[in-house]
Amino acid sequence: MRIGNFKETYAADEAVFTSPTSRFWVAVLFIALAAFPFFAGPYLLYMANHTGVAIIAAVGLNILTGSAGQISLGHAAFVGVGAYTAALLTTRLGLPFLICLPLSGLSAAFFGVIVGAPSMRMKGLYLCIATLAAQMIFEFIFIHWESLTGGIRGINVPAAEVFGFRLNTEFSFYFVTAPTVIIAVTAARNLFRTRVGRAFIAIRDRDISAEMMGINLFHYKLLAFGASSFYAGVAGCLNVYLLKIVTPEHFPLHESIRYLAMIIVGGLGSVLGAIYGAIFMTIIPEVLQSIMGLFQGLSPTIMSYLYPLQTVVFGLLIVIFLVFEPHGLAEMWRRLKNYFRLWPFEN
Amino acid sequence: MDILVQLIVSGIAVGGVYALIALGFVLIYKATSIINFATGEFMMIGAYFFYSFMVMADIPAIPAFLLVMCCAALLGFWVERAILRHMLGQPVISIIMVTIGLSSILMGMAEIVWSTDFKSFPPLFPRAPIVVGNIIIRSNLFWGFVIAMGAVSVFAVLFKYTKVGVAMRATANDQMAAFSMGINVRAMFTLAWALGAVAASLGGVIIGNMGGIQPTLGHIGLKIFPVVILGGLDSIAGAVIGGFIVGLVENIAGGYLDPYVGGGVKDLAPFVVLVFILMIKPYGLFGKEEIERL
Repeated sequence: MRIGNFKETYAADEAVFTSPTSRFWVAVLFIALAAFPFFAGPYLLYMANHTGVAIIAAVGLNILTGSAGQISLGHAAFVGVGAYTAALLTTRLGLPFLICLPLSGLSAAFFGVIVGAPSMRMKGLYLCIATLAAQMIFEFIFIHWESLTGGIRGINVPAAEVFGFRLNTEFSFYFVTAPTVIIAVTAARNLFRTRVGRAFIAIRDRDISAEMMGINLFHYKLLAFGASSFYAGVAGCLNVYLLKIVTPEHFPLHESIRYLAMIIVGGLGSVLGAIYGAIFMTIIPEVLQSIMGLFQGLSPTIMSYLYPLQTVVFGLLIVIFLVFEPHGLAEMWRRLKNYFRLWPFEN
Repeated sequence: MDILVQLIVSGIAVGGVYALIALGFVLIYKATSIINFATGEFMMIGAYFFYSFMVMADIPAIPAFLLVMCCAALLGFWVERAILRHMLGQPVISIIMVTIGLSSILMGMAEIVWSTDFKSFPPLFPRAPIVVGNIIIRSNLFWGFVIAMGAVSVFAVLFKYTKVGVAMRATANDQMAAFSMGINVRAMFTLAWALGAVAASLGGVIIGNMGGIQPTLGHIGLKIFPVVILGGLDSIAGAVIGGFIVGLVENIAGGYLDPYVGGGVKDLAPFVVLVFILMIKPYGLFGKEEIERL
């Protein structure tokens, strides 16, 4: 049982994992992640890979929206930029996967900085609508610049090759997604222990005060856009190699909203929250589908309601979380942990 | 030359309808400072209500129209009471996301209740196009424009001259002062939502009459953002001007550029214009510059 929260050195205070218990559970998690593909079937692996991609994108959006307070309705567009960059670099230049991965992140970050540039003068609703415009413009480019993007037919991409291994199954690709997710999450978690991350939080909490304390608003806002788009680009690149095709359908406005929903359901401004949210929002449609599958015997047409019902549940989740639990799953988890910390005694 | 005139005329006509839908947004924003991303879905639901009353229940057009207004007002009332009232004082992003969630719920419900099939109203107006000189206007477009402008004028007059309208403007101007003058601010919030939903659903009926209805009709609602940003978020006159500008821009750009890029310019052009305007004037053309103090 852990009692109290005493720290005697700065190192202990700054540590990410503050107690032996949490270090133990993190080790268990790593072992479980490493063992997972050997026990899971192809469907679970498919879900795991997609969840991984969603986690990277959601963590990225949470840096921008949750921590730096700049709401973006164009995150899917940056995922798209990363995806198309990866597809073009592979098919036109024949670059290997491991080089495409950071390059697609960088290219998305480049466009993210361009889209973020107006944030110097706008904020709140106006910025939100500027990012909506960016989403629309990128979608248009993906569909209509056919010589580059292949239009609605998209671009087919060969399977990735890493150190001579062809990653053409869900099983093999898991060994790319899982480490990338771990690196991305670790980097994001550490970002908020640095000057940059704390500057983001200061900007979110009150931009004018932050500016007075010597934070260059424009510089840090651009940095937030760049970092968040970098994550989006990496997620896009993984997505392309996972699906082996990229089409404009993968990056509509709805997808941007889904990423926003992930960080809201998970918990704004918390890295863990983004992870919970991404997992939750990826699993919910599948759960819904299996629940409706149970009732299929009663009414054969029930499956035709699946898609609209998903839309309704999606909206309901956003509304319910915002009204009743604005800090999301991360906060619920924290409360649960606190409850059991001194269990069975009252806190 | 004829083409240009034709494009301008239909641009103005469509712009009038956009103005009405944008009014649905502005009414809510003005009174409650809530950014309603579900305006497009209110519009879509209004169109479906009209379809249900006219086609399924066989009610004549004008009573059906009035019934739609009542239902829309109830919907707006319920939404404010059930959801938005809990969001008072929350950050902008939460409020935006709540309305986005609401739009998702409404869209899914529409798909469940009315299915995703394309539906269209029985003809409401004489089919013969209106001819002025050598300009031809589709009768649906012409009457739609007339109704939209009529509705906008009614709203403007209500706002300007009735007691309730003055109370709503007072609430928008300064909540504290309105409270101390004995205005029931909460009732004004509810009323703003009801009126906003009515305006949007009227726009939906007109749009549905022009091009048929589908659950994705609400996506047209995204176009009101260029409209309201152009016109300033809290100005009724601005919404009308913004509506005309967006209608003109999309028709002219679509008419001249579509053949070169293979379509889709119509939906893009307002957003490109929007980006340029925001670059130069970050609070929109007629928007009020916000001055912040610590």
